[in-house]
Amino acid sequence: MKAYVAARLALLGVMLFGLLCVTFAITYLVPGDPARLAAGPDATEEMVRTLRARYGLDRPLAVQFTTYVGGLLQGDFGRSLRSRNDVRDDLLRFFPNTLELVTLALLLAVAVGVPLGMLAAAYRDTWVDHLARVTSVSGVAVPAFWLGLMLQLLLALDLGWLPLGGRLNLTTPPPAPITHLLLVDAFLRGEWATLGDGLRHAVLPVVTLCFPALASILRVNRAEMLETLQQDYVVNARAHGLSEFRVVTKYALRNAMIPTLTMIGLRYGWMLGGTLLVESVFDWPGIGLYAVNSALSSDFAPVMGVTLLIGINFMLANLLVDLGYAWLDPRLRRTAS
Amino acid sequence: MSARVQSVAGRGWWEDRRHAAREAQRYARIFGRNTASIAGLLLVVAFLAVALVGPWIVPYPEDATGAVHLDRKLQGPSRAHWFGTDEVGDDVYTRVVLGTRVSLQIGLVITVIAALVGVPLGVVAGYVGGATGEIILRVTDVFLAVPALVLAVAVVSALGPGIVNAVIAIALVWWPGYVRLVHGKALAVTQESYVEAARAVGMGRVRIAFVHVLPNCLSPILVKASMDMGTAILTAASLGFIGLGAQPPNPEWGAMISHGRNYLPTWWWYSAFPGLAIYLTVLGFNLLGDGLRDVLDPKSRL
Repeated sequence: MKAYVAARLALLGVMLFGLLCVTFAITYLVPGDPARLAAGPDATEEMVRTLRARYGLDRPLAVQFTTYVGGLLQGDFGRSLRSRNDVRDDLLRFFPNTLELVTLALLLAVAVGVPLGMLAAAYRDTWVDHLARVTSVSGVAVPAFWLGLMLQLLLALDLGWLPLGGRLNLTTPPPAPITHLLLVDAFLRGEWATLGDGLRHAVLPVVTLCFPALASILRVNRAEMLETLQQDYVVNARAHGLSEFRVVTKYALRNAMIPTLTMIGLRYGWMLGGTLLVESVFDWPGIGLYAVNSALSSDFAPVMGVTLLIGINFMLANLLVDLGYAWLDPRLRRTAS
Repeated sequence: MSARVQSVAGRGWWEDRRHAAREAQRYARIFGRNTASIAGLLLVVAFLAVALVGPWIVPYPEDATGAVHLDRKLQGPSRAHWFGTDEVGDDVYTRVVLGTRVSLQIGLVITVIAALVGVPLGVVAGYVGGATGEIILRVTDVFLAVPALVLAVAVVSALGPGIVNAVIAIALVWWPGYVRLVHGKALAVTQESYVEAARAVGMGRVRIAFVHVLPNCLSPILVKASMDMGTAILTAASLGFIGLGAQPPNPEWGAMISHGRNYLPTWWWYSAFPGLAIYLTVLGFNLLGDGLRDVLDPKSRL
């Protein structure tokens, strides 16, 4: 197991290096000469040359790459052109909001997707199964931003049950930070009114973000359950007179969970991408909205900062899934190491 | 393979054709048993038909190219304007119908570029292997470790917004899926006895890769391409919604939803109908992909 973890960590290092190469390469896609752009249209050759030297753009690529990575390692993500803020500070401020949104959405997707997939397989070709299948094909086909807008239209604008967007009402003061996770802080400080307001604001974004993930988790779980329910050990368990509930939840579900776990990890990463859309719709102050607003005003450093942050998060999630896998299934552990 | 083996055995061209026809019939039967597959096929056929004849069936073709009729702006759905009108008085039905062609082009270009780049790399990684294969796989992993939408947004923010740049950006991040898929299949095919036979008679590695390995990966590639048409259209619409993709007056569905958003809730039809079009299109390609997989590649389910 130790050797496997070590090998997996080494791979993570390689992947991180690759990610840095990709983000570095993207900065080179910017058409035209960045120094000339920064200097403005009236700049003389002399000024452009000075700028180029100041930003190190006249040095060889390898040196520029080393400087770039060195800067990142010291927490230098560059500066936003719009706000003049340090991108690192912005990321630290916005990321907790995104983390809360994604975590809640993932929990909801698992809490609904796994049992529904299990039920659909156990009651194959009944109305439960049909409902599950319609959900699973619709969930991955419906555009999340459109679903969000339609939910807003119905539940916030028409019926007025839920707030339109944002994290809290303007009149609700946010709790004093402990973990910087708003809902957790409100809970820890015992500010129940704030917690309630925060939860009400979270309902629509969480449901919108969770729907595609719910659909694919449900789909995988259903397919895996159908497969495991045919296995000899399940037949055997039934023959021994175990109750159907026990057979399904204990014998079949456990084995079906391994591929489902992979999908959950994958979906966590895709949800981070989905926050760009969902946070835009619901005006949720996270890194997705930050990336979109920055991209729209050609503010490059924040976009790259968010790309790196999401990439690193996704890689860590994959690492956890792989380790979880090895822990669940001893056969994998042995072959992997 | 069986068709080829039979011609070697001395059967004529006619026999081969009859055999192929029987196979096709069998596939059609499997496909037709599933209502969802048929629904998918119908949706895709409808989408293609609308894309093809769109300009001839819409009531106000000039509304997709920037016409302005302020006298009839923001009217609700009626007999004259089935899906209502937008803020400059353009017919939403016309724009949704003509948007079909835009989406079809986007989907096709992205899927074809991704397959053309990813498939050969996958064959090389899976069959030729070695250091080159290893490098290809590592690069693929890096790309797969960042959600496609995020990477596409990063690339577009470097290139500048616009539909062409959006398509380039998405295609740039779309190929790794094909490398993974083909790599896996190629590894499996390499174990087959006919590949071993080809090697035994002295066929070169590259030639084996493209003559024997690649054709046997075609079924899963086709299934993935069908699914990808839907997902690529969805991703391009997402960029359009963010404001980094198609720009007005181009009738792109995502951009239309984004503009219509400012007119909610009173003028709901402006956003609602383009979204419905995206949903039905993506649903169609997904169901078709599922159906094709049941027929062509029954062993893999997900």
